[in-house]
Amino acid sequence: MRLIELSPPGRKVVTGTLLFTAKDIVRFARKYDPQPFHVDPEAARSYVFGGLCASGWHTCAGWMKTYIAYWDAEVARLASENLVPPKLGPSAGFKKLQWLKPVYAGDSITYSVEVTGSRPLMSRPGTFINTTVNDGVNQNGEAVMRYEGTILEFA
Amino acid sequence: MAGLSYFFEDFTPGRSFPLPQRLVPAEEIVEFAAEFDPQPMHLSEEAGRASILGGLSASGWHTSSIFMRMMFDGWLSASASEGSPGVEFMEWRKPVLAGDTLSGRSTVIESRILRSKPGIGMVKFLHEVENHRGDLVMRGENPIMIRLRSPAPAQERQA
Repeated sequence: MRLIELSPPGRKVVTGTLLFTAKDIVRFARKYDPQPFHVDPEAARSYVFGGLCASGWHTCAGWMKTYIAYWDAEVARLASENLVPPKLGPSAGFKKLQWLKPVYAGDSITYSVEVTGSRPLMSRPGTFINTTVNDGVNQNGEAVMRYEGTILEFA
Repeated sequence: MAGLSYFFEDFTPGRSFPLPQRLVPAEEIVEFAAEFDPQPMHLSEEAGRASILGGLSASGWHTSSIFMRMMFDGWLSASASEGSPGVEFMEWRKPVLAGDTLSGRSTVIESRILRSKPGIGMVKFLHEVENHRGDLVMRGENPIMIRLRSPAPAQERQA
């Protein structure tokens, strides 16, 4: 079964919701993005964002986390119905990543994926590149993140 | 805010800022993947070798996060940065394997003063990260908002 058959263009799939606690935001940022507005609630007040908020890379990693949980469950579901799940591989990157609004401490982000297309990879016969649009929306319904991703698939 | 070395005016097109060397240990690859991207090739050497990546390899989001830290340590923390609205593209061109040492550079492509945010300009960068074998492993472009050292007179402002 191909991914494009399982998830045709136009169908948005919610992958999960992730709560961003202050503790998680600071823990991630201390390792990878220790700008004041990601590690220090007091200092964050004097910047454009106005409060402690997650590194944009943390927001993206959250999409990945919910996607893998969704996909593992989906593979198990298909197998239980005697269907062959799509064989997905690594991603070669992304484009048009937008951090549309800050993700503040206490926000819950609901992520989704929509497959937008699929094409054969000329350099590697039997392999396809799927394109996706991936979104994150906060508890108030505001979009906080969007990007166009790619997923390799082995037919 | 005192003691900053780089303001908008310092980011002239063509200027390059080095990204410092950074080792990527196996334990860190597994730790990041266990929380955010628990796929087999990011969790064990054996599964990595069996995959097309050829060894225990970092999640692409981990590579991007490590790049972020290299940028912070290399020049961003010494700049008057106000954050970024996004990333135009990012390519994960080759696997980042356990034990790799990364380095690279951020090069200014273009810059413009923002009419919508007084005293702030947008600088677009090309970021390149290589491993210690000289392979380009990550490449991307993104704009970053940076405060002006001295706000420009109105007649010099651009779109």
